[in-house]
Amino acid sequence: MTDLTNLTVAEIRDGHRAGDFSAVEVAEAFNANVAGAKALNAFIVETPDRAIEAAKVADADRAAGTLKPLSGVPIGMKDLFATNGVQTTAASHMLEGFVPRYESTVSQKLWDAGCGMLGKLNLDQFAMGSSNETSYFGNVISPWKRNDGGNAALAPGGSSGGSSSAIAARLCPAATGTDTGGSIRQPAAFTGISGIKPTYGRCSRWGIVAFASSLDQAGPMARDVRDCAIMLENMAGFDPKDATSLDLPVPNWEAALSSDLKGKKVGIPKEYRLEGIDPEIDAMWDAGIAMLKDAGAEVVEISLPHTKYALPTYYIIAPAEASSNLARYDGVRYGLRDLPQGAGLQDMYAATRADGFGPEVKRRIMIGTYVLSAGFYDAYYTQAQKVRALISRDFTAAFETCDVILAPTAPSAAFGLGEKTADPLSMYLNDVFAVPASLAGLPAMSVPAALNREGLPLGLQIIGKAFDEQGVLNAGLAIEERAGFTARAEKWW
Amino acid sequence: MRCGEGASGAASPDKATDMAIDQATVRKIASLARIAITDDEAAAMEGELNGILGWVEQLGEVDVTGVEPMTAVIPNTLRLRDDVVDADPLTGGNRRDDILANAPEPQHGFFGVPKVIE
Repeated sequence: MTDLTNLTVAEIRDGHRAGDFSAVEVAEAFNANVAGAKALNAFIVETPDRAIEAAKVADADRAAGTLKPLSGVPIGMKDLFATNGVQTTAASHMLEGFVPRYESTVSQKLWDAGCGMLGKLNLDQFAMGSSNETSYFGNVISPWKRNDGGNAALAPGGSSGGSSSAIAARLCPAATGTDTGGSIRQPAAFTGISGIKPTYGRCSRWGIVAFASSLDQAGPMARDVRDCAIMLENMAGFDPKDATSLDLPVPNWEAALSSDLKGKKVGIPKEYRLEGIDPEIDAMWDAGIAMLKDAGAEVVEISLPHTKYALPTYYIIAPAEASSNLARYDGVRYGLRDLPQGAGLQDMYAATRADGFGPEVKRRIMIGTYVLSAGFYDAYYTQAQKVRALISRDFTAAFETCDVILAPTAPSAAFGLGEKTADPLSMYLNDVFAVPASLAGLPAMSVPAALNREGLPLGLQIIGKAFDEQGVLNAGLAIEERAGFTARAEKWW
Repeated sequence: MRCGEGASGAASPDKATDMAIDQATVRKIASLARIAITDDEAAAMEGELNGILGWVEQLGEVDVTGVEPMTAVIPNTLRLRDDVVDADPLTGGNRRDDILANAPEPQHGFFGVPKVIE
């Protein structure tokens, strides 16, 4: 019998609809994989009962002829989305034991579409990190190993590292992610899967633990482009509860998928050719250019002159917003309280926050507090907001001569756990290609393109115009069809 | 790895000196952020924060004459909600028990805090 956990979202949906298998069989198969993969530490909470419960509903709906768009598809939920009755931690000690009494808009949409929940996926604490090494609940391990005979544990990327690891290891066919500065795309690239961050505002932020509100955007992660389109259709949509939600209809992205790029122009930003970068990254990029040409696209060089300022801009704006957003963790309303003997209110705040936040979260709150403080606000924060405007203008100008932009997703393949933790800056630099699109709020996706000499996946990134998720998905599909990426991690866990 | 010219390079020395932070400043920031820190943590953070802030200093070299600070990345209009009490059952009123359900110290239907007035 087919191993049901090898099926894509589309195959599960269609196979269930056709009666090839029951949703309960699918849920049981994935539950078993989840239970057998503790070594990856991809889940903070497993919810096998929820998966079965949704599957029973899906099977009953099939019998009754009332199937929903994703009936029978079990998924993983990044533990940044509030889930009613299921612990939601943002991988922090601060929120350990926090059980929401409400459901995030995005997760509710997925349940309404018929999905079941396999569990809550591990991540970098408050989504701050690029390697999933800042989680209070331990590192997530990538299922991938280098082919050098060594046994080094590799980073699954971050912050959506539980999502990427779980999909690559066939613990779930798809998962939610969130992307503030690359947190969907970089982990997707590191683990040989696909992921799309839609235009800022497509997916409601309501019920997602806030990190940097002008950047945070939810999106799907899955094994291929079609699955990303299917998932995104069922996550996106206007939500009056989010002031920045886009009041636009959700297109039928899946139905309009087409890898025929005739008449399309693909921009190649010259500033993304970095000095001293691994030549395999540039080689993969060149191969991607050839693939899009083969799909009928015309390739043009473009310039994004302020590229080199994107990371420093991000590391002012994101911490500034984080310091403000995370002020809510005060030991009073929810989450951890640390009340030293005889302490007053101010001491309780300070002790609670010292105990509840990990080092990277504290670092970013401190930077944010500093750049927003009197005397420095204009020099740092206002200046960064102005440079952000220039970065956004760069893209607007570039899109006058092209339809989508092709670039690498990350400057390296997955690195080993612990290799970059000593120097926060070297970790930040891993998001060099991902951050500009985040600052400009543009849709961007990563698709697996090649294996490097170490046998590790590399990803190509497609950045599109605002609201043009279709253009991004189509270019992604063109690469997917030509790259023929079928490699998967050999099971060791 | 270098991100174009100067992305990871040093900041301009004048500004770096002006804005370099010492341990007293680290303690001041921690106090503003309501995070208790030990002397060892303050010492470690002094180096880290100077490294990061020295690196972001390079933004000072960008000519931003006539550029408005960007606050909304995708053009959008701020909506007004309908002027209806509890228009949304999730975010409306009468949810006291739900709101207190995760409070560390709920007391008589309120959030409990340590004594603030002596």
